[in-house]
Amino acid sequence: MSVIELWVYLSTSPLLWLTATLGAYVIADRLSQKLNRNPLANPVLIAVLLLMALLKISDTPFPVYFEGAQFVHFMLGPATVALAIPLVENLAEVKRNLVPMLAALAVGSATAVSSAVAIAWALGADNTLIASIAPKSVTTPIAMGISERLGGLPAVTAILVILTGIIGAVIVTPIMNRIGVRDWAARGFAAGVSAHGIGTARAFLVNPVAGTFAGIGMGLNGVITALILGLAVALLS
Amino acid sequence: MIEALLVLLAFQLAGEAITHASALPLPGPVLGLVLFAFALKMMPGLAEKVSGVAHGILRNLSLLFVPAGVGVVQHADLVIHQWLPILGALVISTALTLAVTALTFVGVRKLMGGQGAQNEGPTS
Repeated sequence: MSVIELWVYLSTSPLLWLTATLGAYVIADRLSQKLNRNPLANPVLIAVLLLMALLKISDTPFPVYFEGAQFVHFMLGPATVALAIPLVENLAEVKRNLVPMLAALAVGSATAVSSAVAIAWALGADNTLIASIAPKSVTTPIAMGISERLGGLPAVTAILVILTGIIGAVIVTPIMNRIGVRDWAARGFAAGVSAHGIGTARAFLVNPVAGTFAGIGMGLNGVITALILGLAVALLS
Repeated sequence: MIEALLVLLAFQLAGEAITHASALPLPGPVLGLVLFAFALKMMPGLAEKVSGVAHGILRNLSLLFVPAGVGVVQHADLVIHQWLPILGALVISTALTLAVTALTFVGVRKLMGGQGAQNEGPTS
């Protein structure tokens, strides 16, 4: 069998791209650890860039890549359920912060939607893009549903959500340090409300309490944004 | 490990089934999270079984977003074509949301006369 035949065989099997995904993540995570979890060295960002380069070089279309990567993607569901474990472990802390959390949720959720829409409009985005960007801070499955009801493109929203998560995970630490918020609960909650699961992943890397509050912020923001934007659409139409 | 996975999958499945049947505006796994949290409160023994695997998954949560992140290539044209409104809106709005959310959290707790942060983060 020639090298080319071997490549043709392997490159279309799920095994190759599943292995590549885990490999890229291990490299990215090691690098992030070596750099003391420096926010710029975000493991999601590094692994994604490595894999994009690999797909480009090997001329592999995304659907072929996803055949293998879907097994990793699938674990997002059980991982969401698993967030109940740190939630229950830190329940006392969560209960004590209930009122500040709900206040921060209301303000954060409103800011996320209104500022994204206003800035996109001011910078010349078309209406479809504005509708697609409105739920950008919300976890992907909820955001895609909202986008559709607003007249956006769910597939585009999925990408804007991922980009928001990566941006949020990179900037959250410098911003919190700049505004002088040191409390892990507040830092984590802000990461979850602003940057959903990728912000939550960043929070878990830094501190378990931050991770717990990020998970709560992500869940609550998804629900509240869906309810409020859903209501707005119903009232306007 | 298999038992733990079974528990997580079972709660996800229950969540998916209920949200589909009732048309709740919630993804199934999020309802699964809520159901699982109640179950953990009622059956403390359950936590012991699942805790190790759950923390293992959550420590590597970043990995699970990698396939979706690579998916950005599918609409690279759009991102390049409208890069200014996209990057401008995402960066500024996310920065603003982070700051406003954290400051509200800390501010409201202070207003309530709550004790200062018990979980002090980095000083710089």
